[in-house]
Amino acid sequence: MPGVSAYESTFAELEPGLRKEDPTWVHDLRRTGIERFKSLGFPTLREEEWRFTRTRPIAELDFRPAGQVATKIDEATIVERTFDDSHCHRLVFVNGYAAPSLSRIAKQSGVWMGPLSLALKERSNRVHTLLGKHIELNQQRFAALNTAFWTEGVYLEVADSVVLDKPVHVVHVTVPGSAPAMTHPRLVVIADRSAEVTIVESYIALDDAPYFTNAVSEMVCGDNSSITHWKVQRESTRAFHIAMQHATLGTSARFSTMNVSMGGALVRNDVHTILDGEGVDARVDGLYLAGGRQHVDNHTFIRHAKPHCHSFELYKGILDGHSRGVFNGRIYVDPIAQKTDAKQENNCMLLSDDARINSNPQLEIFADDVKCTHGAAIGKTDDDAVFYMRSRGIPATDARDLMVYAFASEVLERIGEAALKLRLEDDLFAWLERSRRERG
Amino acid sequence: MLEIKNLHAGIDGKEILKGVDLTVKAGEIHAIMGPNGSGKSTLAQVLAGRDTFEVTAGEILVNGEDILELAPEERAAKGMFLAFQYPVEIPGVRNNYFLRTALNAVRTARGEKELDAMEFLKLIKEKAKMLKIDESFMSRSVNEGFSGGEKKRNEILQMAILDPKLCVMDETDSGLDIDALRIVANGVNALRSPDRAMVVITHYQRLLNYIVPDVVHVFVDGKIIKTGGKELALELEKEGYEEVTK
Repeated sequence: MPGVSAYESTFAELEPGLRKEDPTWVHDLRRTGIERFKSLGFPTLREEEWRFTRTRPIAELDFRPAGQVATKIDEATIVERTFDDSHCHRLVFVNGYAAPSLSRIAKQSGVWMGPLSLALKERSNRVHTLLGKHIELNQQRFAALNTAFWTEGVYLEVADSVVLDKPVHVVHVTVPGSAPAMTHPRLVVIADRSAEVTIVESYIALDDAPYFTNAVSEMVCGDNSSITHWKVQRESTRAFHIAMQHATLGTSARFSTMNVSMGGALVRNDVHTILDGEGVDARVDGLYLAGGRQHVDNHTFIRHAKPHCHSFELYKGILDGHSRGVFNGRIYVDPIAQKTDAKQENNCMLLSDDARINSNPQLEIFADDVKCTHGAAIGKTDDDAVFYMRSRGIPATDARDLMVYAFASEVLERIGEAALKLRLEDDLFAWLERSRRERG
Repeated sequence: MLEIKNLHAGIDGKEILKGVDLTVKAGEIHAIMGPNGSGKSTLAQVLAGRDTFEVTAGEILVNGEDILELAPEERAAKGMFLAFQYPVEIPGVRNNYFLRTALNAVRTARGEKELDAMEFLKLIKEKAKMLKIDESFMSRSVNEGFSGGEKKRNEILQMAILDPKLCVMDETDSGLDIDALRIVANGVNALRSPDRAMVVITHYQRLLNYIVPDVVHVFVDGKIIKTGGKELALELEKEGYEEVTK
């Protein structure tokens, strides 16, 4: 098994040539990354955080950094596989490298938006205060691995009181080659005081081959600023997708993130949201669809570190075939975080008898004047409701689809981007039809 | 319109309907009255095609065609409508979307053209007004958070929209105060027509002051044991089931 040592030797072989022009601290950070990954190794099922998710299939494959490929992707492919983003800024990365021909960004005063590599030249000092600064590399082995190997990423900085004129759509495309390839996308966002930003992340692949996406997003939401973020993961059905998202929120910040997961053979999302100022309003949502033998694991962590903050979390899953879902929702309330209002809901719909979900809410509350609730519901389509609809003339399959759609719509309704929302609704119905075919 | 012959049905081997015979002609309203647990609601559910009940003998003919093998949606397409005793809540599905989907499914099955959003809106406005249903009602999830009266009015609204040939109302009057009952009854009476048959299942004679039946049946222990005119309902109310069925 290649395991950790393979990454180590790949790193030793590549690092001297990897983005040589970057400042020394970046190279130091890369070395810290590989060191941390080396000492932490791949997780085992004995670790609490990885109890239900076996990463051995990743460790067993000899992933090599994906190569830069001559882009055979066109504009239409991007739209067809993501959504109609004609009203958005767009940054496309193919195999972890910027694809300027597919990207379009317009200059706006007070906004720096572009490839991370360029930001390291133009905004080096600011990037230095952000890159790898909020993520705990001592604990997050895959984030450490990303830190060692990233080739390119997005840097978005929006200055005091500036409202980004259009949403930014970040697209990561994997074009798998003959050997298993890995990419390590990185996203760094800083919204300064009273700034406003909307970001959509899409992960897509051109072929159905095994590859490994190991993404890291770092977001900092300054005082009174607002970040709205949707991530849509549509990797190939043989892909491994591991993602660490970390957001630090300042006083009176408004933060809303949604994690939609559709593709991937093995998916693990760690979504960490730190409410680090008073009066923060945070929304953490997720929707995951899985069938066949897909395994989707969402670990969320919301930390109320200051008083008077509000967090609302809603995760919903729809599982078919032999798929497996894992939801772990940890909410941690610091002793000083009085008047915290935290609500968590995790609901899952099982469309087959062989699908399984492990749902684990984890509330750790150290303040005494708080309101924290959580609920988890696991169910099948309601036979009474299906009969009711059929008695009104709606065919059985449509009635069941409508039930699933209704279940998912509570999450999808929260998408303020109409084009994205409509697209995801279509995707949901297409997915339902596909899963019905697979069920036979 | 409707002919039920020697219908036997049950659940988990327990017989509930024990030989029901009933003939309802177009233009007629029949009331079925009976004590709790006599199997009235089972009859309604079996008519609509609920597969949790097993039909062990007998026939249900609608306009001469046996419908026992038909799925609930196929029965709906043939003009069958059941107003539920307990309308089901469907969170996340908007009432107007639900109704339009149902109407267009039924219209397509009947070989009629689908209604577009504007045509549907016009239809629904007219029917909602008749049933004194607020328009905001239409953008709410089906029956979710509705009061008992709103749920029952919603059933009659659906009935008015889907334009069925055979309406079965299962305790549509239960739990309604007198004002709500009048509204519901007016809605039902507006749908009376020479080419439509109605079966009203009720526990209380009160409803029949507002929806006047042509025929009243007494339903006890899984079958109809007595049939008469509308005066039979009054007799039942005065004397009680035991006395009348002696």
